[in-house]
Amino acid sequence: MSTLDTTSGSVPQTARLTSGLGPKSSSRAIKDRAATVVMWLAFLIAMVPLVWILATVVMKGGSLLLHADWWTHSQQGITNREEGGGAAHAIQGTLIQAAMTALIAVPIGVLTAVYLVEYGGGRFKRVVSFMVDILTGVPSIVAALFVYAVWITTLGFDRMAFAVCLALVLLMVPVVVRSTEEMLKLVPNELREASYALGVPKWKTITKVVLPTAFSGIVTGVLLGLARVMGETAPLLILAPYFRSISTNLFDGLMGTLPTMINAGRDNMAIEANSERVWASACTLIVLILVLNLLGRLISRFNKLDR
Amino acid sequence: MSSVTGVSVTDETPDSDGRDPLPGDNASTGRLGDRLFGGAARGAGIVVVALVTLIGVFLLVQAVPSLADNHENFLTSQKWDVSDADNLGFGIARLLWVTVISSVLAMLIAVPLGVCIALFITHYAPRVLAKPAAILVDLLAAVPSIVYGLWGAIVVGQYFEPVQSFFIAALGWIPLFEDTGASAASTIAFVSVVLAIMILPIVTALSREVFAQTPTAHKEAALALGATKWEMIRTAVLPFGRPGVISAAMLGLGRALGETIAVMFIVSSLPDGAPWSWSIFNGGETFASKIANNAGEFDSPSKTGAYISAGLVLFVLTFVVNAIARIVIERRKAFTE
Repeated sequence: MSTLDTTSGSVPQTARLTSGLGPKSSSRAIKDRAATVVMWLAFLIAMVPLVWILATVVMKGGSLLLHADWWTHSQQGITNREEGGGAAHAIQGTLIQAAMTALIAVPIGVLTAVYLVEYGGGRFKRVVSFMVDILTGVPSIVAALFVYAVWITTLGFDRMAFAVCLALVLLMVPVVVRSTEEMLKLVPNELREASYALGVPKWKTITKVVLPTAFSGIVTGVLLGLARVMGETAPLLILAPYFRSISTNLFDGLMGTLPTMINAGRDNMAIEANSERVWASACTLIVLILVLNLLGRLISRFNKLDR
Repeated sequence: MSSVTGVSVTDETPDSDGRDPLPGDNASTGRLGDRLFGGAARGAGIVVVALVTLIGVFLLVQAVPSLADNHENFLTSQKWDVSDADNLGFGIARLLWVTVISSVLAMLIAVPLGVCIALFITHYAPRVLAKPAAILVDLLAAVPSIVYGLWGAIVVGQYFEPVQSFFIAALGWIPLFEDTGASAASTIAFVSVVLAIMILPIVTALSREVFAQTPTAHKEAALALGATKWEMIRTAVLPFGRPGVISAAMLGLGRALGETIAVMFIVSSLPDGAPWSWSIFNGGETFASKIANNAGEFDSPSKTGAYISAGLVLFVLTFVVNAIARIVIERRKAFTE
């Protein structure tokens, strides 16, 4: 914010008397007021869907989340019309896939960021940076089709949860690269120089000085990246159909996840028991993602580097 | 942190002396550890480049056989008939139109709103409110697209009926607003509104970042000349932020083009052979929703190839849009240097 924060924006009295502009015309004042109103309105309009979605989801499905069964049982043997059962299979599936995705995406993402900030130079650096931006924009459905083309058509594997992780990796890597890159750039050069001056080789400087300094920032980026991919549905539809029972094997058979659970139930929203479950799954998914988001922001509070 | 967009405008801003922040290549000792670690970092960079290239290559290779068998014109045909693997006939004219019009509409709604919100956060909100406001808008990005789809289709759609009737009554003589009898909750126009909400946090986050970077000297100069706050914003902040806003719009457009689930939930697909209509108050399918709707049908390579070719077009579209966004940012960098 500027140091001259003139909210009223009025021309000083003396200027009024002496300048050739004459008194501030009322139309200018009205425009200024109108702009202020518009800005406030725009923000309030944006809040409408946020509040509406959260309220809908909590009111229609929140009550199920309070039952212990929801967190401990699956939908095995439960039909659409029956009440009961839980989302344990889907929650587990979502978390397992997220963990696997992070396991692959974080090393690639962090190393790429290290390359961009610490090593890269010249043309190849620009190419990598450009490709990261392009990867950011790859739609999830295209990532899913690509993995389908490689994993299923070319390599001949069956549809499995692991293939979903591969598609999610494509979506998560750019987020991790960008946030890590930003953090690494904030690490003061003096730290590196001090380390070099002590005769520490470059790779040890990076692993022992630079990365630890940026650690909490990197964790924040990873959590926010995870929050982004956890709600992705398109890869799941193409690569790993829904399954009602608990399954923890990424490499064999089907695996339920929260988005596919929502998708599976959406055709029968007129049935009370089913619709409540669908909204409850949506609520659970939002809660999981919000927790990751808030955790990420909380950790960034402890970040020594954050501006 | 630009966690929402994944792209940062501050990225390539050079240091004050115009050098790259870290020239220190000489610091590498050439020892084994250095070579290994440096190699791994470089390798990760190569992986990223390879992945993007491979996406294009794989999609192309698998689309070509089906495109060769296709007896319709791929770009102009309105038909989509892949049920008979030996007699493929598919074209993307409808998909392209629905994809582009819904995303462009979403962008037209989201950009002015996003710019206003960004200005609110950077220049209008009381200091205590600015940060919470930014977080709240970012939270819109935390809602998964499937929840947007569900919410839009089941909860909000019904309230869109009067809006649709109003437009049809007032502007129905324009082909774009023609009445097709589709219910308001399942039209392209309605999904555009939902898409606009979904891309709002991206547009806002990026615009916010550039607006906040407006040099204080520019703003103070405007105010010193007697400008009102709005005039200051119009003459100093908006011109400075224009490239950022353009690239934010492009990134939002890219996101909207590829959105799958919300479109699939909301827009009703039309039967094959339905009459062509330019109307936004009509059902239809985008590239993404077409592919997702038929994910269960990927049983023969030629059929799959048809959908992969649709995916390839989508990839090219988003590639171009994102590349434009990137180039605009780069040019801004050159401009500010």
